[in-house]
Amino acid sequence: MTLGRTLWCIILIKLFIMFAVLRVFFFPAYLQGDDQEKQQRVSDELTERIAP
Amino acid sequence: MEPIDSSLVDWSRAQFALTAMYHWLFVPLTLGLGVVMAIMETLYVRTGREFWKRTARFWMKLFGINFAMGVATGIILEFEFGTNWSNYSWFVGDIFGAPLAIEGILAFFMESTFIAVMYFGWNKVSKRAHLASTWLTIIGATISAWWILVANAWMQHPVGMEFNPDTVRNEMVDFAAVAFSPVAVVKFCHTVTSSWVLGAVFVVGVSCWYLLRGRHREFALGSIRVAAWFGLAASLLTAHTGHLSGRDIALYQPMKLAAAEGLYEGGTEQGLVLGGILRPGADWVGGNGDDRFLLKVELPYALSYLATHDLQGYVPGIRNLLEGDYRLPDGSVALSAEEMMKRGRVAIDALARYRAASPPEEKAAALAVLRENFPWFGYGYLKSPGELVPSVPLTFYSFRIMVMLGGYFIVLFAGLLLLGQRVTRWKLVQLAVVLTIPLAWLASQSGWVVAEVGRQPWAIQGLLPNVAAISRLDVSSVQTTFFIFLALFTLLLVAELGIMGKAIAAGPETDSTSN
Repeated sequence: MTLGRTLWCIILIKLFIMFAVLRVFFFPAYLQGDDQEKQQRVSDELTERIAP
Repeated sequence: MEPIDSSLVDWSRAQFALTAMYHWLFVPLTLGLGVVMAIMETLYVRTGREFWKRTARFWMKLFGINFAMGVATGIILEFEFGTNWSNYSWFVGDIFGAPLAIEGILAFFMESTFIAVMYFGWNKVSKRAHLASTWLTIIGATISAWWILVANAWMQHPVGMEFNPDTVRNEMVDFAAVAFSPVAVVKFCHTVTSSWVLGAVFVVGVSCWYLLRGRHREFALGSIRVAAWFGLAASLLTAHTGHLSGRDIALYQPMKLAAAEGLYEGGTEQGLVLGGILRPGADWVGGNGDDRFLLKVELPYALSYLATHDLQGYVPGIRNLLEGDYRLPDGSVALSAEEMMKRGRVAIDALARYRAASPPEEKAAALAVLRENFPWFGYGYLKSPGELVPSVPLTFYSFRIMVMLGGYFIVLFAGLLLLGQRVTRWKLVQLAVVLTIPLAWLASQSGWVVAEVGRQPWAIQGLLPNVAAISRLDVSSVQTTFFIFLALFTLLLVAELGIMGKAIAAGPETDSTSN
């Protein structure tokens, strides 16, 4: 295989792993819901983690 | 709500550090090697000598391998912002996201467009159009670096924003203040020039390998001449921008400077530690008066000059920064860590009251308290002042490794220029230069360790510590993904080294193979 083909193969495999495997299975959307729900979730997290 | 497990903070940091460090193996070579090959192609266009075309094409091939292996590895970092650092992403996404978006849309597209012309346009476009494409490729990559470093610099010195308690977001109010913050400008210059050094070390290293093997002598000498001049200029610029960076750190992140210098007790007329050995297990938080160095060699007054541009300038140490009560550059008196933590808790409590309250007067009262105490918001998450002290040994030794190697690179490039063609007779020098290649990465990574470990515990300086910035995930999930990324990136690195090694072993085109 020529160098160019090897590199294209690696790029495509890498992008497939990143976007089709890692993004889907290992990076779920952590903040769910609409903006209001997200705001409330982060607000609760930030205010309740206050040092005792 | 359950308190955050400290191991979750550690694993989240470790995962991000792993991803960033692997990503940074590829980036500086792209930035540095790109300029070297563009200079060589410029020589080809100016002189018309086919030799420079072949030379540029060879380094372009290695550039392409590195580019193909490294491209998009930074995307994982962006995914991690969303999953592992979701509080952070929401809290400052309006500011942090803007430079990243500009980087993606403007710089990356520019780079991607012209890289195609650069690789496939030989003999299809004019010499000058091809040269312009080569330069525009590397300028695009450098502009990408600009926006990423703007984002990073903002975390080190947050400016140009206002906190909106209704959305729980910091919103950008001054784009120019963010994009052209002095910290961003200096960070960009220091990072890019140090990447040029790395690229130059790579070129002289590979060229010396050919000399050692007795192959491609003319090619190696030509490459060494260009890269050594470029590397020397870049090394001197890196030293100068490093000095400017030190001044910024003294102004905006004095704890990082104190940790990098192992400075527990500050004062005036402070010397810069040229080299030293820290006492293992020394207590960097408690004030028991122990000598924290086993060995130390200092350059008198140099730290005061670096930090204040005054030989007699006052530089606070770790104890001073924790206890406060010293004069700041603006003339005010520094608060103690305890006081800042108290004000931070008041700010967080005011945010909670603001969001819970419904009568307008109660909301207004809470908002006034929040605004007054917001500069210390992040301190409210810290349980003890000691959390403000980063790992002193890691910061101290990384800083020395970076600076010493930076000095060595200056000597190396100057030596190669002095030797000129005589380098072909000095096998030991050739071997030393080959062995220097990994040291360039060591210096580059050490620089980032100083920048990022030295600013702990902050995700955003003074505003949000890691313990508040991370997502509430299972520690086991973060551990699992850490090892998956470790395996994937290692595989990618092994593949890069293999393909790069094969291309180097094949060597540049000769007269008969060129077209």
